[in-house]
Amino acid sequence: MYDLAQDNRLPHFAGIGYKPQHFQSLISAPGAVRWLEIHAENYMGDGGRPLAQLRALADRFPISVHGVGLSIGGEGPLDPDHLARLKHLCDWLNPASFSEHLAWSTHGDTYLNDLLPLPYTEATLTRVCAHIDEVQEALSRPMLLENPSTYLAFAESTMDEVTFLSEIAKRTGCGLLLDVNNVFVSATNQTWDPVAYIDAFPLAQVGEIHLGGHDEDEDEHGAPLLIDSHGREVVDPVWALYAHTIARGGAKPTLIEWDNNVPDFPVLEAEAARADAILQPAQV
Amino acid sequence: MQQSDFTAAILDPNAPVPPGLLDPEGRPAGKRFNVYRNNLAASLTDALETGFPVLARLLGADSFKTLSLIFSRAHPPTSRALSQYGAAMPAFLEGFEPLAAYPYLADIARLELAIRRSYHAADADPLNAAGMDPATLMEQTPVLAPATQIVASPYPIHGIWRRNTQPDAPKPQPVAETVMITRPEFDPIPHLLPAGGATFAGALDGRTTIALALERSIEATPGIDLAPLLTLFLTSGALTFQKGPDQ
Repeated sequence: MYDLAQDNRLPHFAGIGYKPQHFQSLISAPGAVRWLEIHAENYMGDGGRPLAQLRALADRFPISVHGVGLSIGGEGPLDPDHLARLKHLCDWLNPASFSEHLAWSTHGDTYLNDLLPLPYTEATLTRVCAHIDEVQEALSRPMLLENPSTYLAFAESTMDEVTFLSEIAKRTGCGLLLDVNNVFVSATNQTWDPVAYIDAFPLAQVGEIHLGGHDEDEDEHGAPLLIDSHGREVVDPVWALYAHTIARGGAKPTLIEWDNNVPDFPVLEAEAARADAILQPAQV
Repeated sequence: MQQSDFTAAILDPNAPVPPGLLDPEGRPAGKRFNVYRNNLAASLTDALETGFPVLARLLGADSFKTLSLIFSRAHPPTSRALSQYGAAMPAFLEGFEPLAAYPYLADIARLELAIRRSYHAADADPLNAAGMDPATLMEQTPVLAPATQIVASPYPIHGIWRRNTQPDAPKPQPVAETVMITRPEFDPIPHLLPAGGATFAGALDGRTTIALALERSIEATPGIDLAPLLTLFLTSGALTFQKGPDQ
């Protein structure tokens, strides 16, 4: 089983997704930002500024390496070259945590640069677990698996998402990354109860929480359709769901994700401080 | 549902949504599936705009977006590291009829790809000629640094690049230009390579001396001025030494 104390060295405070334009602010006055997350795929070059900045940041902050392209839910085998690049990065950086997504993004040679959904069946469960075993073995470290934002459902699914993720954690020993915004987005899109989702979630296995902004749209029948855009502030109902999660599961390393229309550092820092205020009473 | 069906439908905006994808009422997913199509198209357009800023400026935002959509459907990425996405753009532009009147665009795309390769290339200690006497310098056998990239064109690609990245840059003249990109620290710098420069660079293989490489340049381009050529290579961080297997 994933051991939070041993397998995850992220502090139980707020962090942000790293953007190069915030480098100087992070070095000089990070404020409430206590750790950073990077997208692994942006640091797979041979040298230059990206790796030099990352090295300098890693001297000051715990770093979480977050993969977005491994395609753990893919029908085909994991790409051995990509896995080798991830291993190279993790060996070089020795990050405080490594995480990836319950999603797929490649088919054959085509990389679709998105986190695509999976049906929740016994067959996909077996495949995802085999891929996670392979990742954890290759990297010689346990990983966290993140719940997705989804926009549609599969007729062939035979179990709900929380059951599916809980079973993965049980079978592979991986931890879970709970994206509370994704819960809110998926729950709205799928007409689930988000609080019931959190209450059923195996919070003891959660090594990290994500918070981000989403966009609001509607489908052709007028039903709400939320889109996980990471392009704005976290909305109040997501903060409320986050507070419920922390009250129930205790303080967890919490990341503010803002990948599009990236604001100036003080805006991100204020979001981190807001998360910290919710974490404060739960610190032990 | 097979992921091949899902993939094909994402890449073709006119394809029907694969069966078995539903909304919460059990109706076909319809517009919900388009979220995935839109995510892919928008992310690839953004990646191309970031990767080809001068090309985007030359074409204008709307035309570049149209080009990006057509290109990304024909050439979706094959690697998860998007830093080199668009490697097929130069050849694509050469065969793209609507832009046939602007044949220099393909070489601008080549230049911008080379700038990106330079940005992500391995770090290297530059050859430091300071304090080296000329005879010793001439006997050195350097190689191009990993970040050094050379792009030759029958069009004034350096002039076009400058005109679109620097205020008050002069109007490009209709001449063939070769660009050498070097990266003294972290920022790639495109230099106009003087005549004979490409021959000089091509001769440096880690066994050939600087003296011999200069000789080859003169043979290939008689009458060239060697001094500015050598100065550019020695002051721009273009050169380094090959590392032995035990270093």
